[in-house]
Amino acid sequence: MKAETNPVVVEAVIRLEEIQRNFGPVHALKGVSFSLFPGRALALVGESGCGKTTCARIIARLDRPTGGKLFFRGQELAARGIAKDEHLYRREVQMVFQDPFSSLNPAFTVSHHLSRPLQLHRQSGSRAELTEEIARVLASVGLEPELTTRKFPHELSGGQRQRVNIARALAVAPSVLVADEPTSMLDVSIRKDILDLLAKVKRENELAMLYITHDIATAAHVAEEIVVMFAGQMVEWGDTDTVLSDPRHPYTRLLLSAVPDGSRPFVTGGSARFLEQAEKIRSLSRPESAVIEQVGPNHFIRALGVSN
Amino acid sequence: MNFGLRSLLNQKKALAGLLIVAVLWLMALFAPIVAPGEPGARVGRSHQPPSIEHVMGTTKMGRDVYRQLVWGARSSLSVGFATGIAITVLGTAIGLVAGYVGGRTDAMLDLATNAVLVVPNMPLLILLASFAGTVGPMTIMTIIALTSWPWGARMTRSQTMALRNRDFVTASKMIGEPAWRIIFVEILPNLTTLIGINLVGSIIYAIVAQTTLEYLGFGDPLKVSWGTMLYNAQNSSAIMVGAWWDIGVPALGIALTGLGLALLNFTFDEIANPQLRSGPALTRWFRLTRARNRELELGR
Amino acid sequence: MSDNLLEIEKLNVDYLVDKGEFRAVKDVSFNIGRGEIFGLAGESGCGKSTIAYAITRLSKAPAWISGGSIRLDGQDLLRLPERELQRIRWKRVGMVFQSAMNSLNPLMRVEAQFHDVLHRHTGCSREQSRVRGEEMFRLVGIPPHRISDYPHQFSGGMRQRIVIAICLALRPELIIMDEPTTALDVVVQREILEQVVDLQRSYGFSVLFITHDLHLMAQLCQRIGVMLKGELVEVGDVRQVAQAPQHDYTRKLWNAIPKLPDNSRLTGVLA
Repeated sequence: MKAETNPVVVEAVIRLEEIQRNFGPVHALKGVSFSLFPGRALALVGESGCGKTTCARIIARLDRPTGGKLFFRGQELAARGIAKDEHLYRREVQMVFQDPFSSLNPAFTVSHHLSRPLQLHRQSGSRAELTEEIARVLASVGLEPELTTRKFPHELSGGQRQRVNIARALAVAPSVLVADEPTSMLDVSIRKDILDLLAKVKRENELAMLYITHDIATAAHVAEEIVVMFAGQMVEWGDTDTVLSDPRHPYTRLLLSAVPDGSRPFVTGGSARFLEQAEKIRSLSRPESAVIEQVGPNHFIRALGVSN
Repeated sequence: MNFGLRSLLNQKKALAGLLIVAVLWLMALFAPIVAPGEPGARVGRSHQPPSIEHVMGTTKMGRDVYRQLVWGARSSLSVGFATGIAITVLGTAIGLVAGYVGGRTDAMLDLATNAVLVVPNMPLLILLASFAGTVGPMTIMTIIALTSWPWGARMTRSQTMALRNRDFVTASKMIGEPAWRIIFVEILPNLTTLIGINLVGSIIYAIVAQTTLEYLGFGDPLKVSWGTMLYNAQNSSAIMVGAWWDIGVPALGIALTGLGLALLNFTFDEIANPQLRSGPALTRWFRLTRARNRELELGR
Repeated sequence: MSDNLLEIEKLNVDYLVDKGEFRAVKDVSFNIGRGEIFGLAGESGCGKSTIAYAITRLSKAPAWISGGSIRLDGQDLLRLPERELQRIRWKRVGMVFQSAMNSLNPLMRVEAQFHDVLHRHTGCSREQSRVRGEEMFRLVGIPPHRISDYPHQFSGGMRQRIVIAICLALRPELIIMDEPTTALDVVVQREILEQVVDLQRSYGFSVLFITHDLHLMAQLCQRIGVMLKGELVEVGDVRQVAQAPQHDYTRKLWNAIPKLPDNSRLTGVLA
């Protein structure tokens, strides 16, 4: 990712350089490189199995890459870090999960979920200070502290639970937030609210955000930059508006053409052709290729590889 | 998921079970008041049937069976419950660690679990007991606990493995919780129903195992317990001479304890699996559906 | 003989709870014409799936149909004895669920599962079932020789297509699809639905399509209904409901779903 467009050079908080992840014979990630900057979000878009979740797990240190380098604030993270460093990293990178229910412990109240991260990472002293901090962080995600702290997860709605998840992630004051499909299990009418909350939280806390989704339409809502992935490779990436308005890679175009759009009803007789085209594009985009073309100031595509 | 006592008490079965167990414990606790005197004292003629003086008759040695039941409850219940708790603690701890840590640790613990599981309990108990000679309650407790934990460990392990992959555990890891805290503070409370089932089953098993050992003569003949009562009754050929009360009463004690605990067990099952609940709503639904189906058949 | 294949009138479905009941579907009425694709939209818990199950009387306890009528070609399905209803299920009304791709028996080859369904309803032989199965595979775009494979050898999207193929094999007049593509990614979703549209045009069956994705509905359906908390708050032609929604909730639902920015004009790959 180029930062030259900014006159002030801002250092990337997280930088991936040619990250590979193999699970035996399966190449889940084949040379992924991108950076996350403070106060900006990057959307990682692709179908299930494209590698986006693997990327997220590597950034969250829940998984280790089999190749390539991961940099945090310019320092390379070793494969097996020292415990103290790992603990510090834990504080800096937090995650918001997809399933709002299973990401909260059914046995404990909201208060417990928020006090633990605070107790582990902040030098917060008294009980009163802790309660105050919990109230502050709950308010920042749009929940009322008096009403929410004593509730158990099953007493909250899906949207409220997801807000608690975001609050928990924020409680440690991280510098990176990884949101893994944060709205796909929520009701449609509240998805936008949660996305708006994420955007707000990103701005207010200068967070470097990685937003993972299979719904490309939501990417524009949250992220300034976008990376489209397929079969473990980045196929097109750059400025979100540019990529969405002028897609160059055949797979991106396929993806965008498939997004439901009420103004383009299905025309009968098209299914065989669509199927054929989709298959062709997939087989064209699958082979590994190391050639990158720049098609704009912040717009890149991967040239189609040759299948063996 | 309900964690309160309230949900337990809401079920009638639970209440009944709790009541039975409570009565038995109170009886044992207040033995000096409920059945005063020495249980081993000779108070009547041998093998007297139940009468007003001896409500449950007498043994061959002329001891009051009722008094023996009440005082014997102390040993049987306390050893049984203590052993049951020991089995559960052992099995849960091993299952939790194996399930959460995985890898080599899990493989080793799994091997140990399988080894102990494969060995037939009763013969092993008898073997160990015969080496130890006559055994006091502590020894019995240890022997039973060391041979019966695998069942609970297995269940706990699978449940832990299922929970380990849940997002809230990953989230705890991500905020930096140490492993021991995740196991014992975050995961453990989600296993309460399983532990409940485990505990109840273990207690029943322990009581029966202890009684069996004592019945076979491995108990302390000087101490009174339901098992030794059975042992003495057997040795005095109680059934052959028609003294049914001699065997029947201790058996009743064990059966009642088992009943109370089993009722409690159903409830844990129902809390853990709501589909087993047979609330009034479901019964109403079945009734209405049957009625409607009948109506529609006749209508044609 | 009216133009309507399915006429639902004042349908009420309750969920029996320990102290009384909870009305999940309140006085819902709508019609589906012959050869029409009708969409039912709403969020989780609004009752749309409850209606889907009620039509074929497959509602599981504690769901209880407490009132109304569901007429298929004039015949009230709620007044039929179970025997007659069994003749209607699959033969005249088919169903495809969200997790249908997981409802294929993993231990049976697909051709055996075709035979299972076809034999039950038409008594045909194994050879006939196989021929029919291969024909249906061709229709849904899967190579016919794969009919002797096991379900796990297909991807999720292909399994969903197989389920649709089995459903169509009996030439039903109405197919109820309850969120059939929600768990699939957007390209696969389009592949499947384009096929459904083509098949629908060739065979003339009606579709009740249930989803929460309004944009998808606008692409696919001719008429749609919007449900909120058990009530049908709006029903009508898709253009009208899209451009000039009458009810507040419909408007809210349209606006809530993030759309691609308008400038992403796609001449794209498949103009």
